[in-house]
Parts: sequence; C-alpha cells; structure tokens
Amino acid sequence: MRQSAFSRLADWSAERPWLWSFVGAGLIFLATIAFTSGKGGGDVLTAALTFATFYVIVGIGQMFVITTGPGNVDLSIPANIALVGAVAMKVMDGSNAMIVPGLAAVAAVGLAIGCFNFALIRILSIPPIIATLSASFLVQSTAIAYGRGLRIKPPPVFAELATGRVLGVPILAIIAILVAAAMALVLRRTVYGRSVLAIGQNARAAGLAGIRVARVRFATYVLSAVFASFCGALLAGFSGGASLNMGEEFLLASIAVVVIGGTSVAGGFSNVPGIWGASLFLYLLVTMLNTFGVGAGVRLILTGLIIIAVIALSGGRRPGRG
Amino acid sequence: MNVLMPSPRLVRAALPALSLAALLVAIWFVQPRAISYFGFNLMLNLAMPIAFATIAQLCVITVNDLDLSIGAFVSFVACVGATWLNATPLLGVAVLLGAVVVYALVGALIHLRNLPSIVVTLGMSFFWLGCSVLLLPSPGGSAPAWLAALVKVRTPLVPFAILVSAALALVVHVGLMRSAWGAILRGAGGNPVAVARAGWSLLRTKVTMFALAGFFGVLSGLSLVGLTTSADANIAIRYTLLSIAGVILGGGEFVGGRVSPVGAVLGAMTLTLAGSLLSFLRISPDWQIGAQGAILIVVLALRALVNRLERRR
Repeated sequence: MRQSAFSRLADWSAERPWLWSFVGAGLIFLATIAFTSGKGGGDVLTAALTFATFYVIVGIGQMFVITTGPGNVDLSIPANIALVGAVAMKVMDGSNAMIVPGLAAVAAVGLAIGCFNFALIRILSIPPIIATLSASFLVQSTAIAYGRGLRIKPPPVFAELATGRVLGVPILAIIAILVAAAMALVLRRTVYGRSVLAIGQNARAAGLAGIRVARVRFATYVLSAVFASFCGALLAGFSGGASLNMGEEFLLASIAVVVIGGTSVAGGFSNVPGIWGASLFLYLLVTMLNTFGVGAGVRLILTGLIIIAVIALSGGRRPGRG
Repeated sequence: MNVLMPSPRLVRAALPALSLAALLVAIWFVQPRAISYFGFNLMLNLAMPIAFATIAQLCVITVNDLDLSIGAFVSFVACVGATWLNATPLLGVAVLLGAVVVYALVGALIHLRNLPSIVVTLGMSFFWLGCSVLLLPSPGGSAPAWLAALVKVRTPLVPFAILVSAALALVVHVGLMRSAWGAILRGAGGNPVAVARAGWSLLRTKVTMFALAGFFGVLSGLSLVGLTTSADANIAIRYTLLSIAGVILGGGEFVGGRVSPVGAVLGAMTLTLAGSLLSFLRISPDWQIGAQGAILIVVLALRALVNRLERRR
C-alpha cells in the first residue's frame, strides 16, 4: 500500500511542476528563520511578497512568450523597464491628478515596444532573440537620453499604492495575485491561451488547425511588453523615482522564474502558479544568503550556481533550443 | 532578373564588408583626418577585445547555443589579469586555464542534460560576476607590463588592432570553414542527428566549441585589460549583447551552424566604429547603443530583402 501511495504522490506532483518552486521557497524560508531563531519571519515574508511581485509581473509576460515555442524570448524587458520608469515619472510629474494619464502613457509605451518587437520578427524574419535584442538597444538608448538625471518623485498616491499594505499584506502583492489568477484563467480557459499552448507544442499543426499563428504571437509579444512596462512604472513608484539601471536584474529574473516555475523552455507547457513560487524562491534565496552574512561576491556565485542546479535537476526533458 | 545582378549568396556574404565600408565612407566624409594610421589606431583601439569576444560567441552560436555569460566572463578574465596574473603569474595562468575548463564543463552540462543554454549561461554570468567581485571589490588592479606593452605595440603601416583582427578572422576561417574538423563542428549545429549517426560525438563537439569560446574569452579579457591597464567587475558587461550583435551582423544565422568568422570580425569592427562616427557627428554618447541597434536592424533588413529577392527568382 505504501508503494502505491508513493507512486500516486509522484503522479500528483508530476502534474504540478510548480510544486517544487514552492517547496524550495518554503525550505529556504525555514532555513532563514532557523538561522535568526524565529525573529523577523513576518518581515521577511512581507518583503518577499513585495519584491516577488515585480518578478511575477514580468515573469508572466515572459512565460507567455516562452510558451510560444523554442527560441521565443523577450530580451527587451530591462530596457523597457528603464524607459517606462522615466516616462511614468515625467508624465505623472509628482501630481496625483496625472496618475491616470501616466499609466496610459505606460501602456502606450508597452504597446509600442511590443509592436516594434513583433514587427522586427515578422518583417525581417529574424529570430525573436535577435529582434528583441536589437529593439532593446534602441529602447535603452532612448531611456538613457530621455531619463538622464531624472529626479522626479512619484505622486504620493502612486507611491502609497506601490508601498502600502492592507491588513499587513502589501497592496502590490494583492494586485499581483489577482493578475496571476486572471492570467492563469487566460492561459487555461480562453481561446487565446489555448492557442499559445498549441503553437508552442507544434506551430505548424496549430496553423493547419486554423489558429492564426502570427496574430497570437503578435498579441503575446505585446502582452509581455505591456506587463514589463507596468512593472517598470510600479518599480519607479516603489523606489521613489526611476533609475536607468533598475531593469537590469530582470533579464535573468524574468527567464529564471519562468524556468524554475516548471515551464518548459521548449514551449507549449507552462503554468502560472510556478511563477509565484519561483519569484518567492529567488527573493528568499537572496535574503537567506544576506542573513547568513555572505558578501556580495559569494551571494552572486551561489545565486548563479543554484539557478543552474535547479534547471539541471528539473529541466532537460524535451529537446529544443532555448 | 538580369545577368548583371550578383547572386544573392554573394550579396549576403558581402553585406558585412559593405556595411563596414559604408561606415568608413561616412566617417571619411565627416572627419577626413580620422582615416589615417593615427585615427584608426585610436578608433579601433577597443576593436581587438570586442573581436575576440565576438569570435567566442560565434563558437557557441555555431552549435546552436547562445552565451549570455561572455561579458561577465571577459570581465572576470580582465580582473584576473589585473590582479593575480600580475602579482603571481603562475596562479594567474592556472586560474585562466581553469576558467576555460569551466567553460568546457558548462558545454558538457548543457549537452548531457539537454538544458536551455540561455538559462545556464545567464546563471554562469552571475557566477563570473561574483568571482570578479570577490577578486576586485572596487575598480583597480594593474595589468602586467608585458601585456600592456604587447597590445599597444605600434606596427608599421597598419595598426596592430587591424592586424590582430585580420589574423583572428583568417585563423578561425581556416579552422572552422575550411577544415574537416570545422565541417563536423558546424555540422553539429546544422544537423546534429546526422553528425551523431555518422559516428561523431556530439558531446565532444559541444565541449570543444565551449572550450574554444572560453579560450577566445580569455584572449578578449587579456587584450582588454592590457589596453585599460586596470579592471573592474563590470568592465565588459556590454560585450554579451555586443558579441551577439557582431555575429549576427557578420552573417551568422543563429541556427543551423551557419556562421561566418570573417563577417563576425567585420561586424565587431562596424559596431566599434559606430561610436566614433557618432562622436564625429557630435551626437551624444547616449545614443551609441541605439546606433548599434539601428545598424543591426538596417543590415538585417537588407539581408531580409536579399533573401526575398532570392526566393522570387
């Protein structure tokens, strides 16, 4: 009987690849509070929820892109975040009345970058990695020229939205959980979401079955860019202003949370809950290493090695280029 | 199509050289004095490390992978060059050899576990950055005198950087495009199944190409630290994107083992010179990355056009 219980458990977890990211996050959290003998556990958790939010938002966009098949990845996210942070702060100009126009500008920039990315992929027929890379060069330059020396604080209400809490839970985290839930529904229950999965599994078959492959890919790149844009705006609101390098860490983070969350890099198989688990995992990992008092160098080395180890242990089932 | 039109294949191969020539003409137009020994020496100063990094990236792209850690790796090599290689040369050499072995192991890991190279090399970029931070927490160090003297050598008639780049292009071209071994290495990217069926070890080809990437990464870092004489952990971070752009600009196809070493070196030079043109035009350096992106897009657009003409034929 034991045996069958085990195999049932194995089957159950095999259908839920996101489980491991939560297990990992939980273990790291326990290790951290064991080290501090239980002190500050609540604070760590609140901080983790807040910072994980940013990873979750860009991660979901990146996940949809990666799901559409091998070679699909959005490398323009860091440049996008840098540009949008500057645009949002300039348009809002520290005034509460300008928050809505500011967010509209954010959406417009995201839309424009997404369209540009896809136009390059489609018109030049080049691999998405190169297309989004070239686009990111232009976007990054625009961000540098536009945002240099920018010192505008976010409007008070917007800053409050980005840093505030309701019943001890960060508002941002609540928003991100709702967004994640909505996007999970989109992925599983809408024609668009099912099309994304189908294209990732076999683009040719999906096309023959009547799915408008180009249109779905277009929507996906726009989706990713818009999500990254909103992340950039929230990040600027959260950190009290935009900075040009605030997007840098999101290149690795956006891809890492997707993969650690159990999404196949070869495309066609993805899940939203894993993005949350992996985001918490990534943030708690850094917190744990900080708590243990290791220096910046060791922390970077361990972060890199742990990401590789997680992927080496979990990945590599399906052939494909990533 | 008339007979006078050169074949698309030829046009495609000539594109990297043509774009470099166009850039040179533009520079000559704006600042004629730059087209001289002294001018090239200044403008192409940093072409050498970028060309080495681009060839490193080319090795990885040949076997259908992508190396997002090359910038961090070149920085690490520069840090080793500015510290251990100067203070304790034996240790320095051993560490650099070890780093090449690590590169080979990464290739083996990617092949054996069938992992996405993007994620593994992104992880490795953190690893190398961490090592650099441990080694040089703040910018500093100093390159060995022999290294600085070597990279700043003044050769007659043609600047050293151009000679080295030409030699590099030639050596890699002969090794990769003209030798039997090169054919197998490229074949491993073009049709891995066929190469494996023919009895070649895909593991060995991947390890070879990653080790070569590590080797050229070491050359890139050493030439860079020789030029700058001091290093810091982030000194070459932009090389990651620059090297990919260089390979693609030079005619690399990104999948299927279709690469061009000569084109890649020309691509690296084009990207280096783009910055000079901007400063001659008195355009803010803020736009340097953007100009590199624009060049990339224009060249890719031209290539797409050539491909389309070819299909119509």
